[in-house]
Amino acid sequence: MKAMRAWVEKQRNMVDFTLSALLRRKGKNVSLLAVYTGVVFVLGSVMFFTEGMRREAHLILHGAPEIIVQKMVAGRHDLIPTAYMEKIRQIKGVQSVKERLWGYYYDPVVGANYTLLVPDDFKLGEGNIAIGKGISRKRLAYEGDILSFRGYTGDPLTFQIGEIFSAESELISADLVTVSEEDFRGMFAMTKEVATDLVVKVRNPKELATIATKIVQLLPDTRPILRDEILRTYDAVFSWRSSLMLVILLGAVFSFIILAWDKATGMSAEEKREIGILKAVGWETSDVLLMRFWEGVVVSASAFMLGVLLAYGHVFFASAMLFEPVLKGWSVLYPEFKITPFIAFNQVAALFFLTVIPYTVATIVPSWRTATIDPDSVMRL
Amino acid sequence: MLSARKSDLFFLFITASTLLIGIAFLHAEVQAARNLPRLQQQAQMVEKYDLTDLALCTEARYTRHPSQADRHTAFQDHPVSLEHFPTGSVIGPSHHLK
Repeated sequence: MKAMRAWVEKQRNMVDFTLSALLRRKGKNVSLLAVYTGVVFVLGSVMFFTEGMRREAHLILHGAPEIIVQKMVAGRHDLIPTAYMEKIRQIKGVQSVKERLWGYYYDPVVGANYTLLVPDDFKLGEGNIAIGKGISRKRLAYEGDILSFRGYTGDPLTFQIGEIFSAESELISADLVTVSEEDFRGMFAMTKEVATDLVVKVRNPKELATIATKIVQLLPDTRPILRDEILRTYDAVFSWRSSLMLVILLGAVFSFIILAWDKATGMSAEEKREIGILKAVGWETSDVLLMRFWEGVVVSASAFMLGVLLAYGHVFFASAMLFEPVLKGWSVLYPEFKITPFIAFNQVAALFFLTVIPYTVATIVPSWRTATIDPDSVMRL
Repeated sequence: MLSARKSDLFFLFITASTLLIGIAFLHAEVQAARNLPRLQQQAQMVEKYDLTDLALCTEARYTRHPSQADRHTAFQDHPVSLEHFPTGSVIGPSHHLK
């Protein structure tokens, strides 16, 4: 018990000494802490954001259509003849086939792209539309207002806003405009013989892949997209190997490597002299290493804690505002949404092992070299 | 007057930070449970309107609907066209196109 207490007291003394030494070079160490915290913050933010978005996409999109059938012409998605519906219906196991009418509209007034869609059961009727909150915000258009679109002839078409989708659904409806089938077909001169794509429902979900294969065999100019593929798309977009992760990760990792490299390649003459003096006054090599270990721990643990907390606040309280320009690109509409926090212990642990351990090791290694040399020669530097 | 040792202040900071991280975990659990009805509402909307993608990047159709894009959408403008939308470097091609 006594030995244990002595050990604890020694460590506390060592931390006291280390902190005093760090504070003597305040400017250097505070900037080091700021950069280190920044690296952890960026890595943590990406980690929390991608995991949150991946889980959110999974939960939201599990209701997406089971199979979507697109027609391909010269490698491009084309309008599909509605006559294909009958052919697909004859495949055993197919429960229902329906057309899906949707497309894009570029609004020159605000320079935004909208997604126009015809719901199965559009209750607002012809001449009315429902719009997403993003459009409402950009166009300053509210329920009861008139919104004008340009038809295929260039003539303006006016619609009354019958509904604005809730703010809670912005992640899927910010740019959405729902219209009646007649208005949609009239706007884009689309005949009844074609649709944008087809939605297929099957009786047994286990047969999805088989039915998709049969559709391609029956209609070789089509491409079926399974719900599972939609979900996997978002897994890929928000996985650690995704472009989003790699772009940010690369910058952060390189700055961290420079940071650790600077530490590992050697110490300043002043630091070496300090070690020399400590050895001259009776410090053991192990004591010097212990001090350097605590130095690494103080800096990296503080940076890690601060970085993680800042990243959490940034992603889940400030809606990852620093990533907004990255995700927005040139687009005008961007959904206002709060990400549901899904964090796992292994994420935080991975972040810890990626940042704290390499830095601590990088701090101890060069001091081992200095701590083992003759104090007299170090002090003469 | 008693003054706190530097080591005590450091360990106090680490303990407080660890506690805050613990609270963040707790907050995540509570918030996720609280947001479940909102997520379910969105899932219902997806089902009702047969939606397929998140309205995250609305600048190009292959980043607005990455799951619906074909292999050539990003290079659609002309035969030697390069993919040039900023979000194209963030939203990669759909899984089934790789």
